[in-house]
Amino acid sequence: MTQIADMDAAWIDAALTSARPRAVAALLRYFRDLDTAEEAYQDACLRALKAWPKNGPPRDPTAWLILVGRNAALDGVRRQSKSAPLPPEELISDLEDAEAALVDRLDGEHYRDDVLRLLFICCHPDLPATQQIAVALRIVSGLSVRQIARAFLVGESAMEQRITRAKAKIGAADVPFGAPDLEERAQRLNAVAAMVYLIFNEGYSAGGQEVLTRGALCDEAIRLARLLLRLFQGEPEIMGLTALLLLQHARAAGRFDAEGAVVLLEDQDRSLWNGRMIAEGLALIDKAVRHRRPGPYLVQAAIAAEHARAARAEDTNWARIDLLYGDLEQLAPSPVVSLNRAVAVSKTAGPEAALAMIEPLAAKLSGYFYFFGLKGGLLFQLGRREEARAAFDQAIALANTPAEAAHIRLHLDRLMKDGAGA
Amino acid sequence: MSDCDAVARPGFDEVRGPMLYAILCYNREDVVGAWTPAEDAVVMARLGAVEQGLALAGRLGPVARLLPTTAAVTLRKTRPNGGREAMVIDGPFAETKEQLLGFYVVECEGLEAAIEVARALAAANPDRGAYEIRPVDVFRPGEPPGVPSLRRAMGADA
Repeated sequence: MTQIADMDAAWIDAALTSARPRAVAALLRYFRDLDTAEEAYQDACLRALKAWPKNGPPRDPTAWLILVGRNAALDGVRRQSKSAPLPPEELISDLEDAEAALVDRLDGEHYRDDVLRLLFICCHPDLPATQQIAVALRIVSGLSVRQIARAFLVGESAMEQRITRAKAKIGAADVPFGAPDLEERAQRLNAVAAMVYLIFNEGYSAGGQEVLTRGALCDEAIRLARLLLRLFQGEPEIMGLTALLLLQHARAAGRFDAEGAVVLLEDQDRSLWNGRMIAEGLALIDKAVRHRRPGPYLVQAAIAAEHARAARAEDTNWARIDLLYGDLEQLAPSPVVSLNRAVAVSKTAGPEAALAMIEPLAAKLSGYFYFFGLKGGLLFQLGRREEARAAFDQAIALANTPAEAAHIRLHLDRLMKDGAGA
Repeated sequence: MSDCDAVARPGFDEVRGPMLYAILCYNREDVVGAWTPAEDAVVMARLGAVEQGLALAGRLGPVARLLPTTAAVTLRKTRPNGGREAMVIDGPFAETKEQLLGFYVVECEGLEAAIEVARALAAANPDRGAYEIRPVDVFRPGEPPGVPSLRRAMGADA
């Protein structure tokens, strides 16, 4: 499919994509204005597309883009003031000596905080989560408005407006450009990690035909998580986050059947799971565990790892999953976590114990389709068919997406089938 | 002059015989990581063809593709005789722009032949990157069929 002749274009494309967060982040620190930084980067990319095929690629594409982007923007200012232009970038075939030193000053060891800042400004607390994600995908990942609009299943002009409005809000916000102190850096990292997780979930929650378009968000989230991990190598929660996303996404090929219908975890063909992503996720957990301060992402990753490790559904170590959810209840208590724990309890102690566990959650989860889905499943196992059917009906009524509704219908179908057989 | 010519003529060292060379593959892992699964599969198939040629000639030793450096830790000794006290640092040995992504062990008649193999690999891989060619000193092939994780890695999709 891929021709060797296209590979130059493909390489340039990959180089520009992977350079973008760091380059835009450095330009943002230099110009302290998001629009200027984005335009400068855009300009540098256009020049790269012209110069690289002719002169060969620079040894350090990111540094080249930062330098050329900076020069291009300054050149624009200079042209307006009619002063001498800077040398054309064709002369900068590679970055040696003076240029390298300049880029070091521009970029240097600040890049960690630069990239973190760039991601962090997208997490503006006044922006709803979906807008934070959209802006991050536009600014940091460099997805086109059309790609983002498709991922969110809205029109292009609507998304354009949303992003413009969100960027105006970000632009008006006061973002400190000094180096953050330890606590500030930790706060930013937390906010950014949460946003990366949201991006992933946007893609992960897609079902059926949507997977083709929205599933790309999962890849993008993993790319951002890896970027964070490379910048903050010693952060166990970033290892945990990356592992979690990898382990979840590793199952992608098994999660839907040919018709786009949900395949339950226990019914998935595990040979379709991506072994390399699982290996990478498990390796990251091994590293993170050594730090002996597990956070919510690491514990969730460890739960996903238990599923990944089981060669067959019946090999799943539910007792350990129950313990891990117990940890998660302490670290990040929420009724949804308790609900998930009940699934593990139903496997180790039976449906009755699990039902007793979820009943106190009813008030808090009365609007949550999955609560009624699980309740229906447990009642069904206990042979309480009419109650089960009522719970499943409630679940379908509460489903947010066709995929969720289809998920519950699977249970209902089983109920019907077994009912007919009984 | 003739002596110099002889020295300068690269080729098979009849006294020493064939050598094992490690060919270490370096590239930017963020770029390689940005390949789509389809692109990755194309590259692996093309590299596989080069490997097959070497294997048929009976020259191919172990081949490894490594997980990203984000999965790496480095054990750094803090004093000469202290192995127990050595520190574990998250991340690869060196923070570099290009990372060690994998390696080949190949029998070659000399450096030129090893460079030829690296050229064939470079031609099969459309990306940029670099290949470090290092003669192998000690090599123990291990017992692949007896080691479960080796079997798993050999069967893993790559």
